[in-house]
Amino acid sequence: MRLKNKIIGGAITVSSALSVILIIAVIVIILVVTIIGGKDKLSWEFLTSFPREGMMEGGIFPAIYGTALLVIIMSIAAVPFGAITAIYLSEYAHEKSWLAQTIRFAVRTLATVPSIIFGLFGLGFFIQFVGAGMDNWFLGGQLKWAQPNILWASLTMALLTLPVVIVSVEEAIRTVPRELREASLALGATKWQTIWKVVIPGSISGIMTGTILAVSRGAGEVAPILFTGAAYSLATLPTSLSDQFMNLGYHIYVMSTQSSNVDQTLPIQFATTLVLLMLTFTLNLTAVLIRSRLRRRVK
Amino acid sequence: MNSDQAKPAYIFTAESLRKKFRFSEFFAEKLITSVAFLSIAVIILIFFFVFRESLPAFKHRLKATTEESRASAGNKPENYGSSEPATSEKKPETYKGEEKGTTEKKPETYTGAEPTAAKKPETYTGAEPTAANKPETYGAVKDTSVSADEVNPDESLRPSEKAENQGSLISLFGIEWFPVSENPRYGLIPLFIGTFKVTMIAILFAAPISILAALFSSSFAPPWLREWIKPAIELLAGFPSVVIGFFALMVMATFLQNMFGYVTRLNSFVGGIAMALASIPVIFTITEDALTAIPATYKEASLALGASKWQTAVFVTLPAATPGIFAAVLLGVGRVFGETMIALMATGNAALSGLNPFESVRTLAATIGAEMAEVVFGDMHYGILFLIGSLLFIFNFSINAIAEFYIKGKLVRKIQGR
Repeated sequence: MRLKNKIIGGAITVSSALSVILIIAVIVIILVVTIIGGKDKLSWEFLTSFPREGMMEGGIFPAIYGTALLVIIMSIAAVPFGAITAIYLSEYAHEKSWLAQTIRFAVRTLATVPSIIFGLFGLGFFIQFVGAGMDNWFLGGQLKWAQPNILWASLTMALLTLPVVIVSVEEAIRTVPRELREASLALGATKWQTIWKVVIPGSISGIMTGTILAVSRGAGEVAPILFTGAAYSLATLPTSLSDQFMNLGYHIYVMSTQSSNVDQTLPIQFATTLVLLMLTFTLNLTAVLIRSRLRRRVK
Repeated sequence: MNSDQAKPAYIFTAESLRKKFRFSEFFAEKLITSVAFLSIAVIILIFFFVFRESLPAFKHRLKATTEESRASAGNKPENYGSSEPATSEKKPETYKGEEKGTTEKKPETYTGAEPTAAKKPETYTGAEPTAANKPETYGAVKDTSVSADEVNPDESLRPSEKAENQGSLISLFGIEWFPVSENPRYGLIPLFIGTFKVTMIAILFAAPISILAALFSSSFAPPWLREWIKPAIELLAGFPSVVIGFFALMVMATFLQNMFGYVTRLNSFVGGIAMALASIPVIFTITEDALTAIPATYKEASLALGASKWQTAVFVTLPAATPGIFAAVLLGVGRVFGETMIALMATGNAALSGLNPFESVRTLAATIGAEMAEVVFGDMHYGILFLIGSLLFIFNFSINAIAEFYIKGKLVRKIQGR
């Protein structure tokens, strides 16, 4: 009986440990395979030059530029709104009030909505409704905004990353000690002054984590921009908000599935994947490190 | 206020202690409150607009049936004008700039077709709305006109067949998904079967692995190791799905094919395993949270009774966290169900309805992703893709709501012993 117990116990412990090892091994394998496949092609020239000869040669500069532009515009839209929502949830709303509960539920729902739905929403709302409305009102029906462009893609992405920002900022605000807040209030500061001078400076690292995580998410997602602004190949960089743009993830997708000669461009695909993976991986690692320091502060 | 006098420096009165009204602060607080509603508004807007754009699917069906019964061509221009003011306005311009050999004829047939249609309603009228709509909307497809070019002439060739199919809502439950053929069929059954197959395979792989991993992290691992495991697995959540899809397409598909020796390289099995990678972090994180949320008194009581470490983990901690684990698996299902890029790249994208896991499949989300770029705005196909989107959204919303209210409430009650 005791022996049987020991065997079952050992089996459970070992298999659960193996699961952890398996997951981590998969992470390592993906990283290693991408590095091996892409390292030969990766060079400064690859990062800074335009694609040539129908994408068969050359670099991915426009895709990097487009991705950077996308996440910048996205952050400008998502971070303030996300931070303000987090401040409301942690400072103003009562934990148990139905309003706070509803907002929390909405945020969590938003976090689980499939990214393709955001793409559909971007197409239906931003392009077909807002864009077409703007064209009608300001341009007299001339077609400018009612088509895919970088602004709509960024705003769509901002909605997708909003929950990421909200959750991170809220978590950081909760680490600001209550004593600090009470001290500020006791000195005669108003609630708003306390938030502005005590809570927000105290949670700046959380706002940073949120921004980093949002940027990493936004840089990697492709489904929302499939039909809200990404383009396969552009001769010029986007110069205005109504231009289309190239994107790293979209570039990988198109090159690996719709390119005329997949095998010939394989090194380019691996190198592009490596760039994207390194970008998101570094960002995530930074966020994880900041976050673990933050959690230690709470303890 | 006047501190130089002999009086006490500050006299508190009811007046001075009253909160002063500051307009800027009042304004800032109201602004914060209104911004907080944004996420609720976005959810409502998503539902409204995704559903609104799916209306063409119903409209075209409805129109086809009414046309058939009434056999009058007179109400067509109105229908077409009301379909979407914004799109119909921009269309003429883009369409003129785009004219090609085949399309050039179409505007003429559109205007010219009405009298003929009126003359012989029995053969033609049923087809009229679709044939009339096509040239108008056609111009909107600029970027991917290659496929549209191939498709469009065919479609207008045999319009009567098409109309027959559009007439009934039943065709949505057909087993054929051929949206771009001369006789388009929009049967959603193969898409549902494909999604179901991929989801099942993914969850069968992801759920046991991530639950075991969470059990290890929460019950067996020493604290220092635990602090490493969780962030490491969360890194997997940070891998973009297009990277996982690329890995599955280029590396895993070949590897698995060599291993199992099946015929089709990209199939629901490959897609399922790739999606398992995407859902493992979701299931792991929530399960781990649920397991660590179990009060220490549970474990201590069990250990005090002489149970070993693994007995406590399997017979006490795990059952107590069942609702949370169930929620985790549900959210994992939601993650897989809506996953687009992996499905697009690794499942083969053929709308087959067999149950063999080594066959290519086409999931609902991948259908939207693959076809939306080539579709004609305001068309029936366009509407149906948005309809699929609405279905996905409703499904995901329900999963989240179930996980949120039912299971979390149950977990809390269970732990608190009520």
